Amino acid sequence: MRYLSHSDADRREMLASIGVASIDELFADIPAAVTDRFRPLGLKGRSEQEVVSTLADSAGRNSAADAVCFAGGGVYDHYAPSLVDHVLLRSEFFTAYTPYQPEVSQGTLTAMFEFQTMICELTGMDVANASLYDGATAVAEAALMAERLKHRGRIAAAGSLFANVRRVLGTYCWASGIEIVDLPHRPSGVCDLSDVPEDVAAIVLQSPNAFGVIEPLDGVKERIGDALLIVSANPISLGVLEPPGAFDADIVVGEGQPLGLPMAYGGPLLGLFASKTEYLRQIPGRVSGRTVDVDGSVGYTMAAQTREQHIRRERATSNICTNSALCALAATVYLATIGAGGLRRVAELCAEKAHYLADRIAALDGFDLPFSGAFFNEFVVRVPGDASALHRRLLDAGYLADSPDAVRAFGVENALRIAVTERRSREELDRFVDQLGGAR
Amino acid sequence: MRTIFEYPSHERSDGLFPEPDVPTAGLERLIGDGLLRTDRPRIPDLSEPTVARHYTALSKLNYGVEDGFYPLGSCTMKYNPKVNETVARHPGLAHLHPLADAETAQGTLAFLHHLAELLGGIAGLPGVSLQPVAGAHGELTGMFLFKKHFEVRGETERRRILLPDSAHGTNPASAAVAGFSVTQVPSDDRGLIDLEGLERELDGTIAGVMLTVPNTLGLFERDILAVTEKVHAAGGLCYFDGANLNSFLGRARPGDMGADVFHFNLHKTLSTPHGGGGPGAGPIAVSEPLVDYLPVPRIERDGDRYVFDWDPPDSIGSVHSFYGNVLVAVRAYAYLLQLGDEGLRAVAEDAVLNANYLQARLKSTYPLPYDRLCKHEFVLSGANLAEGISTLDVAKRLIDYGIHPPTIYFPLIVREALMIEPTETEGKETLDRFADVMERIAVEARDEPELLHEAPHRAPVRRLDQARAARNPVLRYPFDELS
Repeated sequence: MRYLSHSDADRREMLASIGVASIDELFADIPAAVTDRFRPLGLKGRSEQEVVSTLADSAGRNSAADAVCFAGGGVYDHYAPSLVDHVLLRSEFFTAYTPYQPEVSQGTLTAMFEFQTMICELTGMDVANASLYDGATAVAEAALMAERLKHRGRIAAAGSLFANVRRVLGTYCWASGIEIVDLPHRPSGVCDLSDVPEDVAAIVLQSPNAFGVIEPLDGVKERIGDALLIVSANPISLGVLEPPGAFDADIVVGEGQPLGLPMAYGGPLLGLFASKTEYLRQIPGRVSGRTVDVDGSVGYTMAAQTREQHIRRERATSNICTNSALCALAATVYLATIGAGGLRRVAELCAEKAHYLADRIAALDGFDLPFSGAFFNEFVVRVPGDASALHRRLLDAGYLADSPDAVRAFGVENALRIAVTERRSREELDRFVDQLGGAR
Repeated sequence: MRTIFEYPSHERSDGLFPEPDVPTAGLERLIGDGLLRTDRPRIPDLSEPTVARHYTALSKLNYGVEDGFYPLGSCTMKYNPKVNETVARHPGLAHLHPLADAETAQGTLAFLHHLAELLGGIAGLPGVSLQPVAGAHGELTGMFLFKKHFEVRGETERRRILLPDSAHGTNPASAAVAGFSVTQVPSDDRGLIDLEGLERELDGTIAGVMLTVPNTLGLFERDILAVTEKVHAAGGLCYFDGANLNSFLGRARPGDMGADVFHFNLHKTLSTPHGGGGPGAGPIAVSEPLVDYLPVPRIERDGDRYVFDWDPPDSIGSVHSFYGNVLVAVRAYAYLLQLGDEGLRAVAEDAVLNANYLQARLKSTYPLPYDRLCKHEFVLSGANLAEGISTLDVAKRLIDYGIHPPTIYFPLIVREALMIEPTETEGKETLDRFADVMERIAVEARDEPELLHEAPHRAPVRRLDQARAARNPVLRYPFDELS
């Protein structure tokens, strides 16, 4: 086995030095009643070359990977500059553990500190953690945190959260005994806040929401009493949209995949989590902080650790340990490479192209946009005829859009959700329109 | 070292993204003024060479598995094969949208399904979910399954989880997030679960136990069958933390020890990289009574096709946005395919051989509170090495010798603990050098204690003031103080 380093002579010498006659003696403490029942997998080892071929074959059977991607729902087909992956492949970064020994982890800790700063800048918040698993668990952690702060036993959530996010939120809240009040949406697609219960710990909004519609956050805080405002935001959209922090949001979360990560069939992803300073002692996850060494030189270390499971155990603010550190590094390098100017440019390209496509589709006979609210890079179109059949035909022609189920769940029949990124060329958009029009 | 915010930033002509090829209307018109950003996020605009040099410089301040020995106990810092990185970057796998219909993602679904079968085989358990994305996430999902099990059975008074005092901190935290209370059971003088102490706690309020096998002292629980039998007889369930699976691969299966839920750390046992704190993956394998409660969607085989099952009636729901960390799973899968049964057994053999060899070499220099053959790791004590010398001093001095320190001050039941896990990928030469260095540090502790107190001397920074970071948290770059 080529990942092992001993010769047989080494092994004999080591056994002798331990004082045992055989390797088996080292395992004598496992009860025979257990080892007798052991069954191997029936798996014969293969060469590296064969394994690469096997997985290339698997990749070849993923026809969606070759499709022109108009799918969204939190994960988008953005372009990542080449530098991002080259940095990730530095083994000093990707093979290191959680930075428990700060003196030999300044690379990871400095990058975490930069990431936290960038997320604060994007969201308009005071503090950010070094990442959570994904956008869905970030929403769930935010809800649990709000409940720890408010003890109300229930939260309100916009009905226009992405369905997968709502599902994860539902699971976590069920286990914690937190009731979720689902809020309806107005005809424009924005959340209807006219009937929010008074005794909720928090209101959870998503912007842009599951219809792609941007939630107007101005004045929301004034309408929800002392409940916390939790906003889940698309980080690319924050290149051009006013950040939730400007509207006094208490916690801002989001899915960080658009910041330079591959779509990866949905994992690994990157959970973003930022809040006001006053809630620092309640936030989940790792945080890197600036300090000095004994010579007074600036360095970084994990901070506010008394919230965490390895110190506080069952009284920790979260059970999270391993998170998405390397994905956070990718997002940091992505943002550093494109800069604030590049982020704005990407966001503008997404929005301009999405609106160009939406206008062209809306002009097709029988197609319309059911929601009038402003959108960023994702929108819903109602189609004439059977949306599922159209979706299939698009797929056969090499175009991937979200399945009609993605919007049917919200009571919108015969519609498709379409996302556009900077990667879509005008030619692709025009051909897509031709497909839609011709497919009637 | 500067942060990225401290380089001179300047507007530059972009070369990363194409010029707009559609007629542009301007966002004020498309989206509307009131929703648009008025300030500019303070993320600098830098040249690519500046950014490349900055992150390369940062990487050199880090220590990874390829830089040298990394005996961080409980973390299984084995070598991460390069082929893992190659396969995970195949465009057909990496550039696949998660909402693509199952029929257009058959290649990925097929290997995920096969990986789940293999993990079930390693665990000796019938149900698997790949959805949890970290060990602690697997624990939490397992606790959700426990909760569902008792909810379905109408035994909602079962709200207590028993834990040995040697448990990982994530165990009690996961139990608490799932709404359970935690009762700690002291270990006996062998460092193992105290059977009588456990039995005293087994009443009608017990939901189950969370165990780590072998435990965090690196010792196999000899009474494991008695423990799980008693818990089951009392109506409880048994959770097994899989952090230490590397020690019994190819020889034993948690399902045969009485586990109801077992989590894998693909980033420990199955060679996927730790990434400086993730992304990892924490798939779980479960016993028959819990299969119906596993998260959705489930990947099922239907003839020669793979499909999603979204509607099993008793599922706990979802614990992740999609299907778990698929690109971590593919790395683990590549590793498993290379190893096969023989390789898995060989991994555990050398992992355990290496730990016992180091333990035998070091126990005359450092106290070994539980002196028995160990599995893949062992715990020494840095107490009483010399007047005023702590385990922290030993750890920091190791850095000067180019070695990553072991896990320190854990498990909590050993004073001044040094938890050492060499893993199977280290050769005898590395182990001998580590033992030599540890012996030399013990001498230094007596003869030149200041060398240890002031360590590290040869690291990018000297010992950091962690109390200051806690007392006066600076958690983002202080633009405002400097501008």
